[in-house]
Amino acid sequence: MKLTLKIWRQKSPKDKGRFETYQVEANPHMSFLEMLDVLNEELISKKEEPVAFEHDCREGICGTCGLVIDGQPHGPSQGTTTCQLHMRHYKDGDTIVIEPYRGSAFPVFKDLAVDRSAFDRIIQAGGYISVNTGQAQDGNAIPIEKEQSARAFDAAACIGCGACVAACPNASAMLFVSAKASHLALLPQGEVESKRRAQAMVKQMDLEGFGMCSNVTACEAECPKEISVENIARLNREFLSSTLGTEVKVG
Amino acid sequence: MSWFSNFLTSSIGRKVIMSLTGLFLITFLVIHLIGNLQLLNPDDGMSFNIYAYFMTHNPLIKTVSYLLYASILIHAVQGWMLWSKNRKARGGQRYAVKNTRAVGTNSFAASNMGWLGTIIFIFLVIHMYQFWLQMKLGNTPMVTYDGNEVKDLYTIVADAYSNIGYVIFYVVSMVVVAYHLLHGFQSAFQTLGLNHRKYTPFIKGVGLVYSILIPLGFAIIPLYMYFMMQ
Repeated sequence: MKLTLKIWRQKSPKDKGRFETYQVEANPHMSFLEMLDVLNEELISKKEEPVAFEHDCREGICGTCGLVIDGQPHGPSQGTTTCQLHMRHYKDGDTIVIEPYRGSAFPVFKDLAVDRSAFDRIIQAGGYISVNTGQAQDGNAIPIEKEQSARAFDAAACIGCGACVAACPNASAMLFVSAKASHLALLPQGEVESKRRAQAMVKQMDLEGFGMCSNVTACEAECPKEISVENIARLNREFLSSTLGTEVKVG
Repeated sequence: MSWFSNFLTSSIGRKVIMSLTGLFLITFLVIHLIGNLQLLNPDDGMSFNIYAYFMTHNPLIKTVSYLLYASILIHAVQGWMLWSKNRKARGGQRYAVKNTRAVGTNSFAASNMGWLGTIIFIFLVIHMYQFWLQMKLGNTPMVTYDGNEVKDLYTIVADAYSNIGYVIFYVVSMVVVAYHLLHGFQSAFQTLGLNHRKYTPFIKGVGLVYSILIPLGFAIIPLYMYFMMQ
């Protein structure tokens, strides 16, 4: 199948950037990233600069690949990462527009690769549990209700790809932050630190320059792991109760 | 009190302010509509004028009215601040292709709350100038019921609603209010963290009915007065 690609090319963070048009010959069995690999092979053989895009596991679990394909983060398939999107969803002769994530907190490094280290700093601020060293506890010693563990696991499915920010008209990171805060707060090991965690993560999120959630729910629609905005409500609750309910300083 | 100012300037704190003032305004709209419906009483405005006298002379209602003015201003100013901060967060570069995936049933309203709110604010300025300020400044004719002299607000309202231009402006504004509420009602609950698998569908249902019925109720009054009472 012959495809026309309109790809955002940007040499450096300071470069203005522009769309360039390429022709590529792909087959329906390729993943979207393999199709881009073919394009890059051709560019390299022509001594042109290959298109920079991020990728790692190519199994849909690492969260590294994130492209905005025809206006949609991770492309047209519901609940699918870019690497798991296959060319069989396209027809011969299609034109595909590929852009990087847009948002002040996600500046473009080069071409389609953006700097998502803001997410790392939010995790460093509170997205962890404190565990004493020593022998691991018996897993069955802490009873956890099935429904509760399922909810925690649903939130833990977040791969931190940033599609929520890319999809949000406010470039808000609330779905990411709330998923990370929720999957820990819902389990007994993480619940003990949940108040301090909610404060610290929201504070860092605000510092990074993400927008504010106005409940548009575009994040939920575009999330490759289909994380629910119920988590955002949970973070709002945690934040409110930790602000109003704790006597010690949690901020 | 630094925790309090930190809260008010945090992203979630700002949204909570929008939510609480919004819910207060939502409650007020019901009271306002019930009062306004007395304009439709075929008694040449007597019940409406007596009601207006009561609303402007009861100390409790006067106190609540100051809370209302404050809520409108806080909701508007905070809304504009959120709007500008969110535009800054989005950055100057927009996507070349617009996302066409449907998001909920109210995605138009959800993504345009700033514009909708601004139109409502302009409507409110004109609305307050036309009715509230005229009454406060005392440019109102007087009318006497059972020996009590009260301001004849009904005549001012009836006069405004005899102008087809104003009636159209009013009805269009109510459509804007309906869209603003369509997103705002359920969004206010989500912001406060009130999301529950049992109750959220109910909140959304009530929000939908409310967002249609209340603006419709307001819009019927000038239409009825223009077409039926002249």
